[in-house]
Amino acid sequence: MMKFLLGVEALCLASFVLLTEVSAKNSEDIRCKCICPPYKEVEGHIYKQNVSLKDCNCLHVVEPMPVEGKDVEAYCLRCECKYEERSSGTIKFTIILYLSILGLLLLYMVYLTLLEPMLKRRLFGHSQLIQSDDDVVGDQQPFSNAHSVLSRSHSRPNMLNKVEHAQQRWRRQVQEQRKSVFDRHVVLS
Amino acid sequence: MGWELWSRQLDEEELVVNGEYDEHSSSSSSRAAGMNGIGHTKLVDPLEDPLPGVGTYEDFNTIDWVREKSKDRDRHREITNKSRESTVALLHSVSDAFSGWLLMLLVGLMAGALAGGIDIAAHWMTDLKEGVCLNGFWFNHEHCCWTSNETTFKERDRCPQWKSWAELIAGTSEGPFAYILNYLMYIIWALLFSFLAVTLVRAFAPYACGSGIPEIKTILSGFIIRGYLGKWTLIIKTITLVLAVSSGLSLGKEGPLVHVACCCANILCHLFTKYRKNEAKRREVLSAAAAVGVSVAFGAPIGGVLFSLEEVSYYFPLKTLWRSFFAALVAAFTLRSINPFGNSRLVLFYVEFHAPWHLVELAPFILLGIFGGLWGALFIKANIAWCRLRKTTRLGHYPVIEVLVVTAATALMAFPNSYTRMSGAELISELFNDCSLLDSSQLCGYKQPANTSDTGLDSLADRPAGEGLYTALWQLALALIFKILITVITFGMKVPSGLFIPSMAVGAIAGRLLGVGMEQLAYYNHDWLIFRGWCSPGADCITPGLYAMVGAAACLGGVTRMTVSLVVIMFELTGGLEYIVPLMAATMTSKWVADAFGREGIYEAHIRLNGYPFLEAKEEFQHSSLAVDVMRPRRGDPALAVLTQDGMTVGEVETLVESTHFSGFPVVVSPESQRLVGFVLRRDLLISIDNARKRQDGIVSASKVVFTEHTPAQPPEAPPQLRLRNIMDLSPFTVTDHTPMDITVDIFRKLGLRQCLVTHNGRLLGIITKKDILKHMAQIANRDPDSILFN
Repeated sequence: MMKFLLGVEALCLASFVLLTEVSAKNSEDIRCKCICPPYKEVEGHIYKQNVSLKDCNCLHVVEPMPVEGKDVEAYCLRCECKYEERSSGTIKFTIILYLSILGLLLLYMVYLTLLEPMLKRRLFGHSQLIQSDDDVVGDQQPFSNAHSVLSRSHSRPNMLNKVEHAQQRWRRQVQEQRKSVFDRHVVLS
Repeated sequence: MGWELWSRQLDEEELVVNGEYDEHSSSSSSRAAGMNGIGHTKLVDPLEDPLPGVGTYEDFNTIDWVREKSKDRDRHREITNKSRESTVALLHSVSDAFSGWLLMLLVGLMAGALAGGIDIAAHWMTDLKEGVCLNGFWFNHEHCCWTSNETTFKERDRCPQWKSWAELIAGTSEGPFAYILNYLMYIIWALLFSFLAVTLVRAFAPYACGSGIPEIKTILSGFIIRGYLGKWTLIIKTITLVLAVSSGLSLGKEGPLVHVACCCANILCHLFTKYRKNEAKRREVLSAAAAVGVSVAFGAPIGGVLFSLEEVSYYFPLKTLWRSFFAALVAAFTLRSINPFGNSRLVLFYVEFHAPWHLVELAPFILLGIFGGLWGALFIKANIAWCRLRKTTRLGHYPVIEVLVVTAATALMAFPNSYTRMSGAELISELFNDCSLLDSSQLCGYKQPANTSDTGLDSLADRPAGEGLYTALWQLALALIFKILITVITFGMKVPSGLFIPSMAVGAIAGRLLGVGMEQLAYYNHDWLIFRGWCSPGADCITPGLYAMVGAAACLGGVTRMTVSLVVIMFELTGGLEYIVPLMAATMTSKWVADAFGREGIYEAHIRLNGYPFLEAKEEFQHSSLAVDVMRPRRGDPALAVLTQDGMTVGEVETLVESTHFSGFPVVVSPESQRLVGFVLRRDLLISIDNARKRQDGIVSASKVVFTEHTPAQPPEAPPQLRLRNIMDLSPFTVTDHTPMDITVDIFRKLGLRQCLVTHNGRLLGIITKKDILKHMAQIANRDPDSILFN
C-alpha cells in the first residue's frame, strides 16, 4: 500500500515537472521589459510588450518613441531591455496545491482534536475513552527498551483494522515527540 | 519508528506477528558470517537478515559504524562473488552499483521540486499580507503587475489589478485611515500565519520546529532520532516553513531546506535495499542531501558540497564528494526549470557587478570582519541564554503564546520602516544592488552635482547624497538595531526557522552603511592621502554594494564559523571572482575575532545545549588522563556486568539484563579468568531470547545460553541450549588501562566507536562509552557533566 502511495507521489512529481515545461508557452507569459532612465526633459519610463527574444530591443519595444530623430540612438543606448519568461500555470498549480494541502491538514487537525473524541464518546461510552487515552508507557522510560515492549505485546485479534492500528501507533509517536520537544525540552530546545 | 516507513515494520509488536521466523530459528546455529568479522564460513547468505530486529538500533542511541561498514563490505563481496554465476546475478550487481547514482538523481529532483514550490508559495504568501491580485488570486504583487502598462519609473509596483487591503475594504489607498487599515491587516495576517504554523507543528510533527542543522549534524555523526526525517516531518516542515517565512518573522529558510532535503533523501532510501538496511550507507546519502539543501537555497552547488563537508558531515568519503556534486547539480537544474522567479535565476539576490576594488579598501573590509565577529559572538551568547531560559523556566510552557507575542512585536515594529517590512531576501537583494541610472529606489537617491548637467547626461559616479539617501540611511540604521535584537529571540522558536538570511541581512545593512559612508567621505575629501592615488574626482571608486556583500559574508561567518564554504557560496551568488580577496579577508577576520570569544559556532552551541552525544571532530583533547581514569566501573562501583560464554542460563541472563540499564555486555570465558570473548548488545539479546522462547522448542528459563562455536556436552534430560554466537561481536575494540586518553578519543573519533573495552594484563577491567568520554570532557572544561543526556 505504501509502495502505491510512493508511486502516486512520484507520478505527481513527474507531472509537476512536465507541467512546467509545457505551460510556459502561453503568450501572456513572455515579455520584453525596457527600462529607460530620464533623458533631458523626458521622464523615465518602463515599456513592456509581448515580443519574442529576437525583437526584444529598444526600437521594437519603445512605442511611442519620446524623442526625435538623432536623439533616438542616444536615448536607446541608455535603455536596458531584458527578455523574461514565466510560467503562470506553474504558479497557479503550486498555489492551489499548497492551499489544498494546508486546508486538508487543518481539517484533519480539527477532526483529531475536536470531532474524534466526541464521536468516540458517543459510540463507546466514557470508560473506553479513558482507556484509549491512557498512556500505557511509563513516564520514567518513555523510550522503552525492547524487552518491556515485547513482553507487553499480546496476540491481537485478526479483525483489528490495520489502518486504525497504524493510526494509533502514529498518534502515540507524535505524543512522545511532543512530550520530548514541548514538555520536557529534551530535544530541539 | 519513523526510519522504516514503507518497508516491513520492524516495530517490536509486529516482530511477533510476522511469521518469518521459522526458517531463521532452525538455521541460527549455522550462522557465522555477516556481523562477526571473522566469518568466511559462508553457510548462510549474508544478504538475508539474520533475524528482523537484530542489527537495528534503539531510538536515541548511537550506531556502531564498524559493524555497519563491515556489513556493507560483506554484502558487496557476496554480490561480486555471485555475479560470476549467472547473467541475472551480473545484472543484479550492476544495478546495485548504479543504485547510488539513481538515488542521488531522485533526491535532486525531489528536493529541487519541493524548493521551487516553497519559493513560489512563500513569495505569494508574503505579498498576501499587503493585498491581493484581482487577475488571479494566485499571483503575487510582482507577477500581478507583470503585463500591466501602468507601472511608472518611480513606482514600479503600481498597477490597477493589485489592490491593497485598504483599497478593498475602504476604497481608498491614501490617507491615514488607509495606512492604519493596512497596518492592521498586516498584523492580522502575520498573526494568522504564525498561529497556523505553530499549531500544525505541535499537532502533527513536533520535530519540525527549529532549524534542523544541529540535529542533522548529530544524526550524521551516528546518532539515531526516529521520526526526525520521516514523511510527516517533511510535509509539516514544508508547509509551516512557508507560513513562518510569510509571517514576517526574522528568519530564513536555508536551514530548514537542508532538513527538507535530508527528509527527502531518507524517504527515498527506502526504495533501495542497500541503503534501507545499512545506517552507515544511509548517512552517506544524507551528507549528499545536505549539500542539495544548500544548493537549492542559494543556487550554489559547489558551495553546498563544501558546506556539507565542512559543517554538517562527520565522515565524508571521497565517493560522497562526487555524488553530492551530482545531486546538487540535478537539484539546481530542477529548480531552474521550475523558474520560480521568472528570470531563470536561482536566488533572489544574484548580482552581477564587476566594479573593481582597491587595496586601501581592505581596511574597511577588515573592519566589517571585526564587526561580523563581534556580532557573531554576541549573538551566540545571547541566543543560547535565551534558549536556556526557554528550556528551564516557565517561558517554555507556552510555545504558542510565545510565537504569537514575538510575531505581534515583529509585525508592530516592522511595518512602519519600509526596510523591515520587506522580506529578508528582498532587503539583501536591494542592499547588494549597485545603483545605476535605471534605479529609482530611495537608496539610490543621489544628488546630481551641478557642473556635469550641461550635456544632459547624468553621471553615475562620485555624487553627493541626496534627500532620499539620507532618509534611507537612518531607516537602515534603525532596521539594523531592530534586526539584531529580534533575531536573538526568534531563532529557536517552535516554528521552522533558519539563520542565514537574518545574519546576512544584518551584515548587509552594516556593510552598506559603511560603504555609503566611505563613498561620501571620498566625495568630500578627494585630496586626503588615502584617496589621492586612486579616487580622483569624477571617478567611480567605491561600490557600496560590494561592502554590503562583504558585510553579509562577515556576519554569517561570525555566527556559523564557516570558512571555505562561505566564500564559495558568496562568489557563486555574485559571479565575481574578483571579490574573493575581500571576502576571504573579512571572513578570516570575523572567524578569528569570534573565536577569541568562544570556540563554538551556533550549531555546536545548540548541540551542547541539547546534550546530544556529539564528539567534536575539531576539538583537541588537552588533558593527560589515562583510560583507567575514565572507564566504568570506577572504584567503589559494583563490578562490571558480564556474561559468561557458556555458564549462564536464560533466566539468569534475563535477570541481569533487566536489572541494569546498560546497552551492551562483554562476554568472558569465566568470571574467574575474565578473558574476553566478545561483546553483545542488549537489544539483540532481548530480541533473540524472546524469539527463541516463542519459536524454538524447549527453551525455558533453565536452558543454557552458549556463545561458543561448539556446544558443550549435556546430560540428555537437560533442556536444549540456546546458541547465540551469531549476535555476538567477536572483535570488540580494546585498549589497555594505561592508554592515554587523547589516543582513546582519537580512536573513538576516527573509527566511530560507541564503546571500547579496557583490559589490564590481558584481563577485562572495564568499559568506556562515548557518553563517559563526553562527560569527562565536560568536566575538564568546567561544564556540567550531567548535561550529556543521551548515549
